[in-house]
Amino acid sequence: MKYFPHTAEDIQQMLDVVGVKSLDELYAEVPEELKLHRELHLPEGKSEIEVRQIIGELAEQNKRLVPFAGAGAYDHYTPSVIPYLAARSEFSTSYTPYQAEISQGTLQYIFEYQTMMADLTGMDLSNASMYDGATATAEAMMMCVAAAKKRNRVLVSATFNPAVLAVVRTYAHFHGVDLVEVPAKDGQTDRAALSALLAEDNVAGVLVCQPNYFGIVEDFTGLADECHAHKALLAINSVASTLGVLRTPGEWGADIAMGDAQSLGLPLSYGGPYIGYLCVKNALVRKMPGRLVGETVDADGKRAFVLTMQAREQHIRREKATSNICTAQGIMCLYVAIYLSLMGPEGLREVNDNSYAAAHLLHRLLTESGKFEEAFPGQPFLNEFTLRYKGTDGVDALRKRLAEAGFLAGVKAEGMDDCLILAATEQRTEKEIAQFAKIACS
Amino acid sequence: MNRTVYSPLIFELSKAGRKGYSLPASPCAEYKASQLPAHLLRSQAPSRLPEADELTVVRHYTNMSGNNFGVDTGFYPLGSCTMKYNPKINEELAALPGFTAVHPAQDAAYAQGALKLYDEVQRTLAEVAGLSRFTLNPYAGAHGELTGLMVIRTYHLQRGDTKRTKIIVPDSAHGTNPASAAVCGLKIVEVKSTPDGTVDVEDLKPLLGDDIAGMMMTNPNTLGIFERQIPEIARLVHECGGLMYYDGANLNPMLGVCRPGDMGFDVMHINLHKTFSTPHGGGGPGSGPVGVREGLEDYLPNPQVCFNEETKQYELRHNPKALGSVSPHLGNYGILVRAYAYLLTLGKDGIPMAGKLSVLNANYIKECLKDYYELPIDGLCKHEFVFDGLKAKYGGAHSDASHITTLQVAKRLLDYGFHAPTIYFPLLFHESMMIEPTETESKETLDAFIEVMKKIAQEALEQPELLQNAPHSTPVRRLDDVKAVKDAKFSF
Repeated sequence: MKYFPHTAEDIQQMLDVVGVKSLDELYAEVPEELKLHRELHLPEGKSEIEVRQIIGELAEQNKRLVPFAGAGAYDHYTPSVIPYLAARSEFSTSYTPYQAEISQGTLQYIFEYQTMMADLTGMDLSNASMYDGATATAEAMMMCVAAAKKRNRVLVSATFNPAVLAVVRTYAHFHGVDLVEVPAKDGQTDRAALSALLAEDNVAGVLVCQPNYFGIVEDFTGLADECHAHKALLAINSVASTLGVLRTPGEWGADIAMGDAQSLGLPLSYGGPYIGYLCVKNALVRKMPGRLVGETVDADGKRAFVLTMQAREQHIRREKATSNICTAQGIMCLYVAIYLSLMGPEGLREVNDNSYAAAHLLHRLLTESGKFEEAFPGQPFLNEFTLRYKGTDGVDALRKRLAEAGFLAGVKAEGMDDCLILAATEQRTEKEIAQFAKIACS
Repeated sequence: MNRTVYSPLIFELSKAGRKGYSLPASPCAEYKASQLPAHLLRSQAPSRLPEADELTVVRHYTNMSGNNFGVDTGFYPLGSCTMKYNPKINEELAALPGFTAVHPAQDAAYAQGALKLYDEVQRTLAEVAGLSRFTLNPYAGAHGELTGLMVIRTYHLQRGDTKRTKIIVPDSAHGTNPASAAVCGLKIVEVKSTPDGTVDVEDLKPLLGDDIAGMMMTNPNTLGIFERQIPEIARLVHECGGLMYYDGANLNPMLGVCRPGDMGFDVMHINLHKTFSTPHGGGGPGSGPVGVREGLEDYLPNPQVCFNEETKQYELRHNPKALGSVSPHLGNYGILVRAYAYLLTLGKDGIPMAGKLSVLNANYIKECLKDYYELPIDGLCKHEFVFDGLKAKYGGAHSDASHITTLQVAKRLLDYGFHAPTIYFPLLFHESMMIEPTETESKETLDAFIEVMKKIAQEALEQPELLQNAPHSTPVRRLDDVKAVKDAKFSF
């Protein structure tokens, strides 16, 4: 076995040192009735050539569709530099950077990531990342409750992606959070309903998202002041890439900014690994879950980086920790840092401009045909939008027809069976857009 | 590793006007994001993002990587972390476009290969664990723990048993156990260890009652000792109506020899990044599949991957009995591809052999060093063991304030090109040093480590200042942790 270096002679010598006769005798203290006493019902070990064939065939069984879909996962381009650098085994095979003296590489890129995410969201600081946008949103919810002390109610807008909402609802159920959904009106958070709930003065936090499930860029004017007047925190979930152009959570006055940063150069990968981000105002740093890297000096006075504020974390605080999370998203954090290093502010703007253009061109072609109409007329959108399909064959048949032609035609809007949520990125060409529209409208 | 630290940050290499990307022309130049209503746009571009050309970025991160230690650079005797070799074929297969380019919204009909791989991994894990079914949706070990506890609570709640709000956790447990239980809304009841480090069954008995949801354990425990009383413990917990939870952090030594399901556990998580060779990545992405015994499958989180016997197709199912969702899609899917490659490579003979050799390696180090380091619990260990610091004759008595500490030994190890063991855990001893070599390390590597550990013991006796000021030859020296908190700075 190529991963085991032991020769028969090595094994014998080592067994002699340990003072047992066989490998099985190393388990002498395990009660016999607990042992398996049979082979595992699994195939024989395979050679690298066979493993490559088996998994290669599975990869080929997935149809390559050109995505016109978002719903939390966006087909932005991953520059070739990123996987090339992130594959360096000094990064990928290292452990969590507890031993800071030999982990400066990991700590440096996390510090860069934290700087970039704080800048992008307009917040004071970022943690070292979370699993994904959904769990980051759930953590934000629990943070609101922990910060409020005596309040247990959190409001969440119904304009969240239902798949994210399902995760948040699950955490709320088990953590004992009174999660109340604020209904949507015309595809946006119903502000009147939200105000009425806030007026009860028992709300710890409010969770909203941007752009929302339907792709609409919501107007949060006055929302932070209203939340703060009722002693509630405001947490805004944004698609990270869009913050290159959209008003930031910081500018809206949010206390917490969270979401998924898959849109910053991570491949679609059938849903993961992605990366969640969580940024806060300074006042909330001690309530923050997850790893945090800080700057310090070494014994020679040289600048260096270290995991810090660990008194919040599970390995110190056990059940009193701010969260049970004990990893960040490591290599995905490196992906984001390299992506933003390459793109810079200008590249990020261009990505957003081109995605905006691709989406608006598609929107125009589809609505002009008369086969589609806006589900929420006149609402502003960036690169994702919701249309009602007027064809008699229905949305499912339409999506199937487009899939057969090689396109992923968005997602069916949950609870609106005749509606389709479509998205486009800078990777979609004029030709693809025209072809998609032609088939969709035929 | 770099002899001296590569220290610049990308922001210090930035120059206005440089760019490291190229994009095609807009598909429709008349549209620009700035056409959105002004109050929805950010007032200025992100001012701290760097501007850098491609080579600057490539050199920056290449040089930065040299500041890091990794499994490919050297040996990690890191207890409870199972830092085994990360095979390269796994990386290559996970990067196939047939996986990476699939959008999660792609219908199951067009992702049959991806779903089949998911099901193959879950079936293999179920056989290895002696359980019925696994979900691969949890993102990490701690996330798996949380998911497993949600399964346990859902089981009780759906039977109308609402009183069970407490969970028993040994005092030697990983910190994530109580933290996950707290996030799951459970109260923690701690059970004591006996002097030999195993669960004190007599201390457990009075804790059991109709308010107990279950008990979390890892076996072997955090001292690397097999809990021989596990059948009795499982019987007691089951009799009081609770379920047994297995923390899979220490699964590696039991592979193919003794399965958690056969020990009496009902629910468990596995860390694919420990036991099944996927890279730790400097702290992620991991993967924490959760398995359950027969009768609990419905409670696993949505979406559930099922094979439809009629259509012969894999499907994604939203089961109304499920605990809810812990991830929108199928977890860290790319990590599952890596684990599958490893499971296929090892097969039915390789998997048990991995466990046995990991136990051999741990016992070998223990026997070779027990005259130099204090071994509080003698006898066979499994994949790991714990020393309680240097023996007094080398490091001084623990009661002596000037004794050589475990931290000092750990930092001195870095000078010799080894990662430190897990230190000051478990909390049962003052100077814990937890050593887990894994099966992928050769006798030569172990011998070199053993020699260095002996040399450090000698240094402790003769030149203690070498340890007190260690490390000396790492890219940076001992860091000022206090300053990092006092002058908190989290961004450039």
